[in-house]
Amino acid sequence: MSDDFIKVEHLKQYFPAGGFGKNKKFVQAVDDVSFTIKKGETLGLVGESGCGKTTTGRALLRLYEPTGGRFIYDGEVIFDVEKKQFVNMLPYRKKMQIVFQDPYASLDPRMTVGDIVGEAIDTHHLAANKKERYDMVIEMLERVGLNSEHANRYPHEFSGGQRQRVGIARALAVKPEFIVCDEPISALDVSIQAQVLNMFEDLQKDLGLTYLFIAHDLSAVKHISNRIGVMYLGTLVELADSFEITQHPIHPYTQSLISAIPIADPKLARASKRIILEGDVPSPVNPPSGCRFRTRCKYATEQCALEKPEFKEVEPGHFAACHNLDKCN
Amino acid sequence: MDDKYLVDIQHERLSFFTPAGEVKALSDVSIHLKEGEVLGIVGESGSGKSVTAYSLMGLTAYPGRIIGGTLQFNDHQIETMTEKEMRKIRGNEVSIIFQDPMTSLNPVYTVGNQIVEVIRLHTGKNKQEAKARAKELLELVGINEPEKRLKQYPHELSGGMRQRVMIAIALACEPKLLIADEPTTALDVTIQAQILELMMELKEKLGMAIIMITHDLGVVASICDNIAVMYAGKIVEYGTTDQIFYEPKHMYTKGLIRSIPHIDAKEHERLVPIEGSPVDLLNPPPGCPFAPRCEACMQICLREMPPITQFNGDHITQCWLHQKEEFEKGEYNE
Repeated sequence: MSDDFIKVEHLKQYFPAGGFGKNKKFVQAVDDVSFTIKKGETLGLVGESGCGKTTTGRALLRLYEPTGGRFIYDGEVIFDVEKKQFVNMLPYRKKMQIVFQDPYASLDPRMTVGDIVGEAIDTHHLAANKKERYDMVIEMLERVGLNSEHANRYPHEFSGGQRQRVGIARALAVKPEFIVCDEPISALDVSIQAQVLNMFEDLQKDLGLTYLFIAHDLSAVKHISNRIGVMYLGTLVELADSFEITQHPIHPYTQSLISAIPIADPKLARASKRIILEGDVPSPVNPPSGCRFRTRCKYATEQCALEKPEFKEVEPGHFAACHNLDKCN
Repeated sequence: MDDKYLVDIQHERLSFFTPAGEVKALSDVSIHLKEGEVLGIVGESGSGKSVTAYSLMGLTAYPGRIIGGTLQFNDHQIETMTEKEMRKIRGNEVSIIFQDPMTSLNPVYTVGNQIVEVIRLHTGKNKQEAKARAKELLELVGINEPEKRLKQYPHELSGGMRQRVMIAIALACEPKLLIADEPTTALDVTIQAQILELMMELKEKLGMAIIMITHDLGVVASICDNIAVMYAGKIVEYGTTDQIFYEPKHMYTKGLIRSIPHIDAKEHERLVPIEGSPVDLLNPPPGCPFAPRCEACMQICLREMPPITQFNGDHITQCWLHQKEEFEKGEYNE
């Protein structure tokens, strides 16, 4: 297990949601999530809105104060809540970066693109002088398909796809090793999505980056990821190789999630049968006892309400959390 | 072409007169659909798909104006109608579901209030009858405990539930045509599947026609009979769903289909994106609007807009590549 570059164990992230003393309520945004990522690998996280995938990514970067769990980065403990161990994040911010979802909201409208990309270089004192800083900024912009004349422009002068490129250049400016991509393509047009996806692939190849790729679009995640984790209401329900999980999903939630994706092929779409889930996702303030998916699961038994299913390895490399795997398959 | 169309838009041109100049949102758009037909309009943001549908409801926002063409809907000439006349058919014969169920319901009125309003406005039913009808509608769109829901405010409902309420309002008067403007874009996939299924069920039950506006090719593939592909205010290709997916003629359609990742791909294949970004409609190029991004671009594409080429049935496209055959046949040779 020593080759695990990113190791997350029992990550918990709760947010206060009103109430006092004993009655204090929490949104259990992420509850007991564990996974590992190898160096140079892409792990995709998918799930519906509110399932905690974004929170997971942000908690790793300590953009929130985690409620519980351990995060080991390249053999070094970044945080261990049980042992009350928290490192100073500044040196690690150079190694871990994030690309945000909304390219319209995540760029400061009053800074030029050159300054947005250059800010990280300043913070970490990566450039010795102005000339070097300028060269670094241009290098980053060129890497993402922009050029030097873009450096003096403001974000509003760019299209959505170009802005997302700026966001990526900003993340790359400090030469990170690990990037959390938080729904980087969902705000873009279809024809632009493919451009950005290809760019992520090229960057990974050239720079040896490791990605945690978060999105709700399973087809895009499958395209870019080596392995995929499926989240439901704050917990990981299934994790496997990306081909394996899309061809042979074993958890009932993954099965319905995959069948619900509209297929862009009319003949296949007519032939395929959808597993339509009833109802909505329950509130994370008061999640169902035992298995969190049981309220919408057609295989649910009494045991599901009483006991939380263990997230275990069913086949080599294929993890799932369900009591009734035999019945679902 | 003589069988009666429910909607027949011919050569519609629509521009927004902004301080920066005239934005040609639609230039020469023709679409038609029969009763009970589902037409998908796909395209990128800004391609004019929503504007086309909104203009059919007389909802063109200032500073936009229809400056040419005819819009016929169910024996009405939309472009000549006054606002007062429009109000009679809007919500009655043609309804719309908007993209964002979070903002399209009024937060200060109960759900029941908003449904009853539509029914009373168009049918002259009294309060009791309208309420009963509202309850019926909520049952129709698959909402449990309709009695209780009628008294709730939109913020008490989830996104999928709100979209169901929107559909209930749209169907209140059993319209002949339902315009769905990205009805599932704001929803999660599992909820999207529920809503699409519901729409298809209701279509069968009530026999209405649907115009489905979306950028998601997956959505149109599963539910539409015909598809119009729009780019920069023009219909670049129109055909049946199978024709568009299996025999795409226009380079843009081909590019779109190639650029989406497939969930059932057996091995990793690199995506083929459409390079460049959409055109600026303020200064559209003189020729084909897609030419600057087209890999098969020819000299003539930059100069002149191609004429329409017709293939099997109603399958049409606007591209010089398909006129080339005509060139070779000698028909265009000087």
